[in-house]
Amino acid sequence: MVLSSAPPKGQADVPQRRRIKDKSSKMGAPLAFMSPFLLLFAIFFLLPIGYAIYESLLQIKVSGLGIGPNSTTTQFAGLANYAKVLANASFISGVGRVLEFGIVQVPIMLILATTLALLLDSASVYLKRFFRLVFFLPYGIPGVIAAILWSFLYLPGLSPIVSILKGVGFGSINFLGIHSVLWSIANIVTWEYTGYNMLIIYAGLQAIPQSLYEAARIDGASEIQVAFRIKIPLVVSSLVLTAVFSIIGTLQLFSEPQVLRSVTTNISSSFTPNLLAYTKAFVENNPNFAAAAAVVLAVGTFILSFGFLKLVQRRALSEVEV
Amino acid sequence: MSIAPPIAPERQRAPFRKSSILAMAFMFVMATYFLLPAYWLVISSTKGPTQLYASQGLWISGFKLFSNLSGLFSYNGGIYLQWIINTVLYAGIGAAVATLISALAGYGLSKYNFKGKELIFSIILGGVLVPGTALALPLYLLLAKVHLTNTYWSVLIPAFVSPFGVFLARVYAGAAIPNELIEAGRIDGASEFKIFRTIAFRIMSPALVTIFLFQFVAIWNNFFLPLVMLSNQKLYPVTLGLYSWDNQYGQAPQLISYVVLGSLISVIPLVIAFLSLQRFWRSGLTAGSVKL
Repeated sequence: MVLSSAPPKGQADVPQRRRIKDKSSKMGAPLAFMSPFLLLFAIFFLLPIGYAIYESLLQIKVSGLGIGPNSTTTQFAGLANYAKVLANASFISGVGRVLEFGIVQVPIMLILATTLALLLDSASVYLKRFFRLVFFLPYGIPGVIAAILWSFLYLPGLSPIVSILKGVGFGSINFLGIHSVLWSIANIVTWEYTGYNMLIIYAGLQAIPQSLYEAARIDGASEIQVAFRIKIPLVVSSLVLTAVFSIIGTLQLFSEPQVLRSVTTNISSSFTPNLLAYTKAFVENNPNFAAAAAVVLAVGTFILSFGFLKLVQRRALSEVEV
Repeated sequence: MSIAPPIAPERQRAPFRKSSILAMAFMFVMATYFLLPAYWLVISSTKGPTQLYASQGLWISGFKLFSNLSGLFSYNGGIYLQWIINTVLYAGIGAAVATLISALAGYGLSKYNFKGKELIFSIILGGVLVPGTALALPLYLLLAKVHLTNTYWSVLIPAFVSPFGVFLARVYAGAAIPNELIEAGRIDGASEFKIFRTIAFRIMSPALVTIFLFQFVAIWNNFFLPLVMLSNQKLYPVTLGLYSWDNQYGQAPQLISYVVLGSLISVIPLVIAFLSLQRFWRSGLTAGSVKL
């Protein structure tokens, strides 16, 4: 993404004359402008990260029977919590589950979003404004409410979908089964975010100068060729942006499975890594393990999204500049 | 709105081509998929708990909208209204303050040169990649130490920080505010802050609407932070409140109708605001990917 790109030259130029004359405004003014943000950023971003690392290095030791105020002591544990997290079968299977989810759901959603954006940008589709509004609508519905809504649509007896499918002859399909429930969650996430991703890609498409298409059409390119040869390569940066945010969202999956737990027992309290961390911290009262799990997850997310970014950036650059 | 490319599509529109029919069919199927749950929600909000289970899901049966409404707003001492007010406060104040702070920081990063500027910007951008849920848990542990959990502040203040907002503000300030204008202000003897307030802030206003929207929706959508921070029901945002009702059908079966109607009412203002301000989303998203 933007992380490695140099700042646009010349934007930040304060004329030389002033820089030499007035030293205090050189540091003073920008610091004054940035200090409210930097202060809050330090307290609510950097400090929690530091504190999570600190907590993850401690553990609570119980002495005697564990009764009474002085029966527990907190001591330094080194990397013991990390060892426990990485050896925890629930954590590992949770990570595996969200990875499986991501490998299937993210490409489906992005292909769908790209297709819709290309169609909206093409000449073959009418009622563009209407479709754009409709596709974007689910993003205006908070994730928890979307999950509650879909939980009703999955529930036999309540759901018109289940009864219609039964009427058409599909039998009674169980959306909340032990294997199907993961994909039912994938459907909720796809429903929520396809339109948002479509809009990002569509914004990229709209920024392409029309003259590029004209040149291609004079050369006799079909609309599909234009889409694959010109449009998609030119919105690669938007696609990367959507992919990175989708990867982050997938690994952090929490609200949708948490909400669906009220309608099915097939989602365990360790279904996703975040659910496990939540359970450890608030149900089992083990904040140290939870902190270590949160750190592992955050580092993993960062490596994966950053790595993806670097990988694609290099390839995209070499392709576009040919 | 001025987004549709003005001439190109008209020129080559050949009505009723085969590809066009296929494309339109696909668009309508997708539109059904995106609209169906919303349609079900509207229909179901007019039903009582028994009809919800007993009747065909896609059509009205036994019009109970008004009794649902009075039940929703009176249940548990009218706590639903409190949740709505809380949500508006969290999202409205949170997003307004975040926008202001981001505008200041973005302007500072864009229009001044100083040591360590790029390092600071990189760290802030790293913040965009740090997921909110990863921060919520340690933030809870931290605030528990200073006894600030289960307060308005514990949900409100973290929302003031928007690394993405700073990023957008910087990009926009860099592209839209001419340095000559700032220089002219200085020659006229205006202070740096006055230049920001009278010149920069006004020029940046389209970007600020975008930042406000993004942050507003982010706060409205945030579930994990209030879930871990708040135990007092009176402080809940509406999402958390409806979630808590969603887990109580066993004790109070009528709640299912309140959750359905409550969900519908809570999303109506957001959806309207959101769809009518769509062009601001687009401008923000374009700025975001242009710089990529």
